Amino acid sequence: MTDYLWLIIALPMGGAVFLHFFGRYLKRPLPGWLASAAITGSFAIALAAAVPFFQGGEHGTTVLLWEWIPAIGASMEILWDPLSALMALVVTGVGALIHVFAIGYMDGDERFHRFFTYLNLFAASMLTLVLAGNYAMLFLGWELVGLCSYLLIGYWFTRTSAAAAAKKAFVVNRIGDFGFMVGLMLVFTTFGTLSYAGIFERAGSELTTGLATAIGLLFLLGAVGKSAQIPLYVWLPDAMEGPTPVSALIHAATMVTAGVYLIARSAAIFEISPVALTTVATIGALTAIWAASIALAQRDIKRVLAYSTISQLGYMFLAIGASAYVAGIFHLTTHAFFKALLFLGAGSVIHAMSDEQDMHKMGGLFRKMPITAITMGIATLAIAGITPLAGFWSKDEILASVFARGGWFSVLWVIGLVTALITAFYMTRQWVLVFLGKPRWDEAAKPHESPRVMTIPLIVLAGLSIVGGLVNTPWGSALESFLEPAFQLVHQQESPEGIGMFLILAGISMFAAVLGIVAAFLAYHRPADRWREFEEGLEPVWGEWERGYRVDDVYGRVLVAPGKKAAETAAFGIDLAVIDGAVNGVARVVRGVGDWVRPLQTGYVRNYGALLLAGTVAVVIWLVAGGT
Amino acid sequence: MLTWLILLPVVAAVAVALVPARRRELHLPLGVAASVLPLALAGYVFWVFQPVAGFQFTEHTTWYEPWGISWSLGIDGISMPMVVLTTLLVPIALAASTSVTKRTKEFVVYTLLLEAGMIGVFLALDLFLFFVFFEAILVPMYFIIGIWGGERRVYAAVKFFIYTAFGSALMLAGIIALALSHADQFGFTSFALSDLMNVSFSIGSERWGFAAFALAFAIKVPLFPFHTWLPDAHTEAPTAGSVLLAGVLLKLGTYGLLRFNLSLFPEASVDAIQIMGILAVIGIVYGAVVALVQPDLKKLVAYSSVSHVGFIVLGTFALTSSSLQGAVIQNVNHGLTTGALFLLVGMIYERRHTKQISDFGGLQKVMPIYAGFFIFMAFASIGLPGLNGFVGEFLVLLGSYSTLPTLAIIAAFGVVLGAIYMLWAYERVFTGVPDKEENKVLSDLSLREISLLAPLAALVLVIGLYPSVLLDKIAPSTEAVLDHIEETTQFVTPEPGRLSGFFVAGGDDE
Repeated sequence: MTDYLWLIIALPMGGAVFLHFFGRYLKRPLPGWLASAAITGSFAIALAAAVPFFQGGEHGTTVLLWEWIPAIGASMEILWDPLSALMALVVTGVGALIHVFAIGYMDGDERFHRFFTYLNLFAASMLTLVLAGNYAMLFLGWELVGLCSYLLIGYWFTRTSAAAAAKKAFVVNRIGDFGFMVGLMLVFTTFGTLSYAGIFERAGSELTTGLATAIGLLFLLGAVGKSAQIPLYVWLPDAMEGPTPVSALIHAATMVTAGVYLIARSAAIFEISPVALTTVATIGALTAIWAASIALAQRDIKRVLAYSTISQLGYMFLAIGASAYVAGIFHLTTHAFFKALLFLGAGSVIHAMSDEQDMHKMGGLFRKMPITAITMGIATLAIAGITPLAGFWSKDEILASVFARGGWFSVLWVIGLVTALITAFYMTRQWVLVFLGKPRWDEAAKPHESPRVMTIPLIVLAGLSIVGGLVNTPWGSALESFLEPAFQLVHQQESPEGIGMFLILAGISMFAAVLGIVAAFLAYHRPADRWREFEEGLEPVWGEWERGYRVDDVYGRVLVAPGKKAAETAAFGIDLAVIDGAVNGVARVVRGVGDWVRPLQTGYVRNYGALLLAGTVAVVIWLVAGGT
Repeated sequence: MLTWLILLPVVAAVAVALVPARRRELHLPLGVAASVLPLALAGYVFWVFQPVAGFQFTEHTTWYEPWGISWSLGIDGISMPMVVLTTLLVPIALAASTSVTKRTKEFVVYTLLLEAGMIGVFLALDLFLFFVFFEAILVPMYFIIGIWGGERRVYAAVKFFIYTAFGSALMLAGIIALALSHADQFGFTSFALSDLMNVSFSIGSERWGFAAFALAFAIKVPLFPFHTWLPDAHTEAPTAGSVLLAGVLLKLGTYGLLRFNLSLFPEASVDAIQIMGILAVIGIVYGAVVALVQPDLKKLVAYSSVSHVGFIVLGTFALTSSSLQGAVIQNVNHGLTTGALFLLVGMIYERRHTKQISDFGGLQKVMPIYAGFFIFMAFASIGLPGLNGFVGEFLVLLGSYSTLPTLAIIAAFGVVLGAIYMLWAYERVFTGVPDKEENKVLSDLSLREISLLAPLAALVLVIGLYPSVLLDKIAPSTEAVLDHIEETTQFVTPEPGRLSGFFVAGGDDE
């Protein structure tokens, strides 16, 4: 089966190339179905190739495709181990559903085929990232998903806000990439190669703690950019300018998890440095609660979900930082299900409401679009952590593992718990505001349930959000044994032993979730839109949350404006005035002397040549005399 | 055969010159057709080029016996990519010049003569011969800028000429001093590179020689702070001039540093690692910062050149295998992407007669193909992996870290700045709704224009995904340069990872 692994990347890549050149000649929705077929094909191959891992005992293999940059040990090679297999399955599986959904959602867009070109290109790039067998190829995928994100956020390029958001996403990510690249420079200088095989097995014996900390923190900077953590998360809320399927696929389910994947993949390096790991966990926990508090007060249906994604990614960082790698990857997987579902549901609502995104102008949509409402309700319960839905198992495993670590991690456990409560609250708030209460929209809007091509992906994802967590429970840890070979080099943090301890911890987090849900219901499910009083009662804190603590303003004042000022000084103050001024000044002096010796200035080239020669000879004599 | 590489453009120039002036519609097509011949020959050389160290296809004819000057040519992995690049860019630059309507014949003749000179520089193994070509290039380029340029063309042309000629004068002094020292030490005069490499100096005079050469090349590169002639020359030059200036002429500087400074003055080169590295990195950051706020699109691309060539110089003086390979391949990459960007700026200038960024907006709506090529080349230029720019920059950065860690880190920050100025420019020119009447009626690229850009785009992709096509042929020659430095100085090339190479193959037991 490994002979066909390259097809996992090649199918969507081929789809993108084909649609790029010939998509415009196809009748819609054909381009959409072609793109969906390509990624579904990848899913099928990935599933078949993963069979040995399900059976157990298989450690994986590396398939060399071709040499890329031999001098740095960078080749195009696919690493097929349980971790990359799982990532590939999530990307292609959830990706395929989102592709199909987009056929309905993007119907009527004038650049329909272009959208699917980009979507397939993204899938191929993301698969390159997760299947890479060395850091250079991972970086290739890493940057290409950034490119696709740029292209898709700015898909409606005539909107200036979309174009600005696209640029912001790429540039902020590049700041993270700077760290990642410097980290790779350190790795290459230490190991002489960027190949995983050459690094991980030697890391334990050859990497000093200091160097591991440096590499870890630099990689973390890259991960913080890609996975939208403090302080580089600011691009993700703006990225909601892209079409909603893009938000679901790239900015929730797959691309933004690349940072989590990077750290999990580099576990052998991070394990050497407790400092780096604790930093990962702390940033994760802080981001989780920070973004959750902002999500509380958002009015835009997609921005709630964007901040929620940032917050949930924080949980994954918390898990990985606590060395609970399986728990982190587990949450990555379940989150892909329910967050993709939430975004697609939001897309379905936006579609039905003729592009309205303000939840204050929604309400009472349950009866108009029951499938969307019910599936989104399931996702809401899943993300809130209600047993036995998917989010419960993965979030609980994270919190339990963090609790088991003790020490500083106990503080992070408390933060994670409070975040769980806030999460339950803001998700319930969203669902109530959108689907319950009295309609706050104009009758002319005529909301309607979406077509089947959109609702079927919702139903499938709802199914996965219900049962997806059962792959890893205290009674059957299938996922853990599946992933075990990928993490055999590192020590794993386990959740506390014993069912009793599990029940206590699970009970505490369930209590937090139920508390959040009930509180949100009480606050928002009241007659005559009395929830407005609740929000106004929380001013001015509520306003700060709504504006996201004004972080964008601060960055603009502290970084962007002075940066631009400095660039202008460099360009017009220094370059034109000082440096070029000096050059022209010298020229003027020479010309002044020239005017004085004008008789010499005959205009004949031979005279200039003679002067040039004379000067040269003088210099030669000086050089020779000075030398030897 | 190499002689023919130089002679073919000259013959072509003569042929074009013989076509009567009144048949003006023939000059440009004939020039394009004729310039395909050197490309074909260069392609053949590339094909049969062996991936080994040392010069190939060498030719040697005595020119002036008493001074030991000879017509001595040869090609190795450092010069071969540049020769191919030159022969590729000339037909494209010519074919892009349909808007040159005044004195077309002279234009074609000058461009072809320029090509002969550029190829000569890369092939010459005799320093006197090298200098002749190096200087000869200035004349056609001076006329190309001065006659067919923009409003301030005379100012720009004179500035270009005097600035670079000033540098060359010092180098000529250095060359003569080398030849005289050789006569002193070995009893006969020679200008051959292989002979002059054996001259031994006191460290003091070696440094002077290094400085004389380095200054000439630093102006050409251009290295900060000698760069201010470049934006003027680029902005005023016609499109073909800008393409060849950025694509090839700047590389005379980077090529010269690598070929002559490192080989002739190894000790001084090792001493100069820090200072050259610092200037290179200042150029990387400074060029990018200044590019950021340029109101003129062509100036923006020109300053981005200052930034990109910094990587080449950094890689050259970091003196590791990866960084040198990166420097050589970056020579090619920069020629392809910046050449293409200048072509693109030229194409929009022909339509709108302005290069001011603020005059545009929303062009993606009216010119989607143009926008597609632009964003492709912009991403190649900012080092997106999978495209060519990444291979060079990444090799330079990774390689430089072992010699110049701090500078390499600062240089890496250049990739952030690159994204900012390119994407911000793209945003202002292409996105939004076209609001100016003139912009609403622009026509998208013609088939001719697409066929000029497509080969460049294809090469950007090929080198990005399979750089071995060049690196395999480059590596033996750059290794030879390092070996020479290690033999003649105390310098030891840092080798990253003691067990390097052992695990590289990517075994299947993870």
